[in-house]
Amino acid sequence: MSSIPANLKYADSHEWARLETDGSVTVGISDHAQGALGDLVFVEVPEVGRALEKGAAAAVVESVKAASDVYSPISGEVIAANPALGAAPELVNNDPYGEGWLFKLKPGNPDELAGLLDAEAYGKVVEEAGH
Amino acid sequence: MGFKTPLYDTHVAAGARLVDFGGWDMPVHYGSQIEEHHAVRRDAGMFDVSHMLAVDVTGGGARDLLRRVLANDVAKLKEPGKALYSCMLDASGGVKDDLLVYFLGEQGYRVVVNAGTREKDLEWLRSHAAACDARIHPRTDLAIIAVQGPRAREKAAGLIGDHASAALQLRPFTGRELAPYFIARTGYTGEDGWEIMLPAQDAARFWEELRSAGVAPCGLGARDTLRLEAGMNLYGNDMDETVSPLESGLAWTVAFDPPERVFIGREALEAQLRTGVARKLVGLVLEDRGILRSHQKVYTQVGEGELTSGTFSPTLQRSIGLARVPAATGERVEVDIRGKRLAARVVKYPFVRNGKALV
Repeated sequence: MSSIPANLKYADSHEWARLETDGSVTVGISDHAQGALGDLVFVEVPEVGRALEKGAAAAVVESVKAASDVYSPISGEVIAANPALGAAPELVNNDPYGEGWLFKLKPGNPDELAGLLDAEAYGKVVEEAGH
Repeated sequence: MGFKTPLYDTHVAAGARLVDFGGWDMPVHYGSQIEEHHAVRRDAGMFDVSHMLAVDVTGGGARDLLRRVLANDVAKLKEPGKALYSCMLDASGGVKDDLLVYFLGEQGYRVVVNAGTREKDLEWLRSHAAACDARIHPRTDLAIIAVQGPRAREKAAGLIGDHASAALQLRPFTGRELAPYFIARTGYTGEDGWEIMLPAQDAARFWEELRSAGVAPCGLGARDTLRLEAGMNLYGNDMDETVSPLESGLAWTVAFDPPERVFIGREALEAQLRTGVARKLVGLVLEDRGILRSHQKVYTQVGEGELTSGTFSPTLQRSIGLARVPAATGERVEVDIRGKRLAARVVKYPFVRNGKALV
């Protein structure tokens, strides 16, 4: 069973979002997503300064077998991208909610966060994906 | 639901992630594709390849049949046990399948064909067999387990009883019936090892014994990265009926000698040679960061080409691929990856052989 921390918000396309104390939002992919993808070998993160629409293709995670898009769960401007993933894409596998974060946004509309799934609702999405 | 090999329940019990491959439910990995890859390069791994089909070709005309339907020449197989890699072509020189054929002596030949083409191949073989007194026996009663890696043979040898010394004496690219096994020193990984055919009902037990002996179960994911590092073509990716072996890096497998041998596709290939083969298959190493994938577009100084296979190479820790490009392509190309043109270098393959990087 994959881990779904209760303090995060989720998109049904398997990204997580976390509101930080400074008002920024950190984005990554869920434990379920990294498990389904398998060993990641390349991560392409968005450029700092890029404006993202909610649902826009923002990053690419590539396993040995295939490339998958990561969508921005909310709109906003990219203010940081995880610099460690260039040399160590496996951080996303090993620590998807911590060291394996993908990028940080300055939210365009903070209300969008409330519209995302909570852990319980996302757990149902994962459960259904398993059938 | 797809077809299942005799080891399907074993894979499910081991927690394998299953995918459809050529209509078969097959394990893609058992946890980590990269660790499985390294197990084969460094120690010993095993693959269930029972989705591939062994076909025995017997009868007085078996040799004539195979000399007619294969682009390589089974007349090269003089000693029983010797194996030969060949393409089977259609009349236009397109590749219907690639296969291994083992010479069994008086009994005839054993051909091993791909999963996705097995029914098509059987139909083709049967349609040509009638004219040459040959009989086609699909061996659906057999499972096939490939044990591969520098320590694969020694680990597997302990499980085959009195056959161990005979099996360990097999030379590369030869096989032998050691009942109930047929053991061949062949594979699809660029490492030493055996491909073991055995009765389907014994497969699960033998697999478990191999696992207990320290042979790591490996899925088709690792099989693909291993074969690509080893520079081996994958049917359906790197060649199919729309291209000839001459455009697929497989000219070395076409036996034009002796000139009087008539094989299906020969005229088409000779016509290609007369007019010049327009495209070739090359190895690529990506110099920029990213991952090569099949169907990405390749830009060269002399025109465009296309990736036929691409992956991250766990051994080289960079991306490698095979691409079909114009014949005059030089050493530098660019590959379109999500709208960006990234630099790649044309290299001779294999990329890796017996655990050693060659590029």
